[in-house]
Amino acid sequence: MSSPDTPQPRDVVPVGAPTATAAKPTAEQVIAGLRATTEGGEDLVQLLTPEGERIEHPAFAIEATAEDLCALYRDMVLIRRADREANALQRQGQLGIWVPLLGQEAAQIGAGRAMRPQDMAFPSYREHGVAWCRGVDPTELLGIFRGTDHGSWDPVATNFHLYTIVIGNQCLNAAGYAMGQRFDGKVGDENGEATIVFFGDGATSQGDVHEGMVWAAVYDAPLVFYCQNNQWAISEPLERQTRVPLYQRARGYGFPGIRVDGNDVLACLAVTRWALDECRTGNGPVLIEAFTYRMDAHTTSDDPTRYRLADELELWKLKDPIERVRVHLVREGMADQSFFDAIQAESDELATRFRDYCINMPSPGPERIFANVYAEESPPLAAQRDEFLAYHASFADGGDH
Amino acid sequence: MAAPTINREHTGGAGATGDRPATQTVTLAKALNSGLRAAMERDPRVIVMGEDVGRLGGVFRITDGLQKDFGEQRVLDTPLAESGIIGTAIGLALRGYRPVCEIQFDGFVFPGFDQMVSQLAKLHYRSQGKLKVPVVVRVPHGGGIGAVEHHSESPESYFAHTAGLKVVACANAVDAYWMIQQAIACDDPVMFFEPKRRYWEKAELDTTAEPDPLFQSRVVRPGSTATVVAYGPMVKTALDAATAAEDDGHAIEVIDLRTLSPLDLEPVFDSVRRTGHLVVVSEASAEASLTSEVAARVQQECFYSLEAPVLRVTGFDTPYPPSKCEEDFLPDLDRILDAVDRSLAY
Repeated sequence: MSSPDTPQPRDVVPVGAPTATAAKPTAEQVIAGLRATTEGGEDLVQLLTPEGERIEHPAFAIEATAEDLCALYRDMVLIRRADREANALQRQGQLGIWVPLLGQEAAQIGAGRAMRPQDMAFPSYREHGVAWCRGVDPTELLGIFRGTDHGSWDPVATNFHLYTIVIGNQCLNAAGYAMGQRFDGKVGDENGEATIVFFGDGATSQGDVHEGMVWAAVYDAPLVFYCQNNQWAISEPLERQTRVPLYQRARGYGFPGIRVDGNDVLACLAVTRWALDECRTGNGPVLIEAFTYRMDAHTTSDDPTRYRLADELELWKLKDPIERVRVHLVREGMADQSFFDAIQAESDELATRFRDYCINMPSPGPERIFANVYAEESPPLAAQRDEFLAYHASFADGGDH
Repeated sequence: MAAPTINREHTGGAGATGDRPATQTVTLAKALNSGLRAAMERDPRVIVMGEDVGRLGGVFRITDGLQKDFGEQRVLDTPLAESGIIGTAIGLALRGYRPVCEIQFDGFVFPGFDQMVSQLAKLHYRSQGKLKVPVVVRVPHGGGIGAVEHHSESPESYFAHTAGLKVVACANAVDAYWMIQQAIACDDPVMFFEPKRRYWEKAELDTTAEPDPLFQSRVVRPGSTATVVAYGPMVKTALDAATAAEDDGHAIEVIDLRTLSPLDLEPVFDSVRRTGHLVVVSEASAEASLTSEVAARVQQECFYSLEAPVLRVTGFDTPYPPSKCEEDFLPDLDRILDAVDRSLAY
């Protein structure tokens, strides 16, 4: 502790300078393209190193057979392939926009595979890997980005809520859903239910994320807050959102916070499984910070070369979530070339099917504008619809102009 | 229109239990309380949530006694954050509950506005009907109680402008009792506006009567000289004006809109076709408001019947003023009659 007489560093900041500079990277860090956030710190939970070495963690032991690891590898390869195909489809004019997943496969597959069928997920808009784990076919993601729907999968049948685009909103919706799980008496033993909500580092600045954590805490909601810290909120680095590591915020709400290597699918699986079990047995909520990296742009409309250095990406490529599993499988003799060839072939098939589906998606007709605005019809809206559809049909070509 | 039906055999609450008579004199506040109680008795998935709604019974005592009788899991004293109230209510609705949220005062609704506009209003549309979010948001609205800033506002037009939300406003105890139950039974999200300065006004409530459908306007006083349309706290003011106008030989027809989205304007069109004169009354500011909408629709449907331009009597296009000014800010009997006179003299 310093005495009040001791000049503190902030006292010598020139008048007019921002006072909250503690989180700003140094000039040397910027020039090097290496910011403090490239390392997860000593609290990072890791079970598979970037070099593919299996290591143990005292709190998060996990049994992973060769079969388990091969399945996780397959998940990540296939969803990355769909993601890359979608990115290409946007570049070819087939999609209006795409939100790349690249680099976050382990964070999402690990979390998604930790879920049990009775668990509920609330995604943001980048959770293609979680969707995959919930049985949502990648083609069902396309409509949002091609402009044919706002989300076509059945959120009740899949226990995977529709994508939420307004940043952070879903944290409150998830908190309410999890409260309902508890009110329904579905929490309290190993067969209980839990909810997991996905959001990013940028979202942690939103009031709704804060309120979601308050609600989940005071109602003992079985909710896992799963923050994929991919270091960038479009152009804004993590330093614009926080002074402290995000997982440490949980302490202020009164529940555990864990930082996991978000590029380590095994660690993400183990930590999320533990967190969901904590929740289903009545010890929720839990915050997980999956420390990862957005290897592509925020969306296909974004240009990361304007705000970050290529060196940073190169460093994170060494931590690739898929490569470390492949190396481990090969080194340990858990998979041979025929396995990798089969995955490659399956990946090619998925890409072809995905592309064909996208290109042949029908556009909705004008009646879609008016459909399902209300559960119980609004007469003025019905009149507006009928008037427009009659106008539309009045053209000689049946409105197809 | 398919309006939610209320099974009158299970109304409970005021007048329907024991050997008490079916008809009672109740305040609007008590009628809401009884209506909430009846809805909670009927459907165990109905829950009440908001700030101070439990132990205190709400700052206006609308939820008085409900937590005692239904427990803390059905009447939730929530943390103090409106986005949280609406956002978690949505999640609970997705889980199958029918949450009834209380926003403590009109001016505090805006932290919850994002969740209402971005999620509550759009989930049914986004999911193409796969998701229903039957959330009711109760908002005491309007001025006239000498309150500090943010406690006297009329924000209903924001919500009527938002597709996906339904918006209703009750004006008397009888409607309050039925409309809150109908709103809760509705599968769409409903913004439920309560005229806070009328909370303590009484009416005869017969809980065995047949209620009007929720989404219907109603002629509350027939007349032939001019039509005055109002809703919420202004209905009584309009009725008082109509009574006073009798002395001048004017028979003013007063229509209570009751439903603000969707609007049910057929009774208004019918009336204007008979009277040729329309005055629309609201405490809310005039610009881009519900009164604008009514005026626009009436000129569209009743152009040849109008003998004068549609006139509006509203709060001014200012923030709500300090309460010492509210008598001048709020439409009153004289301003309504002045507008009627100007219309008739046109």
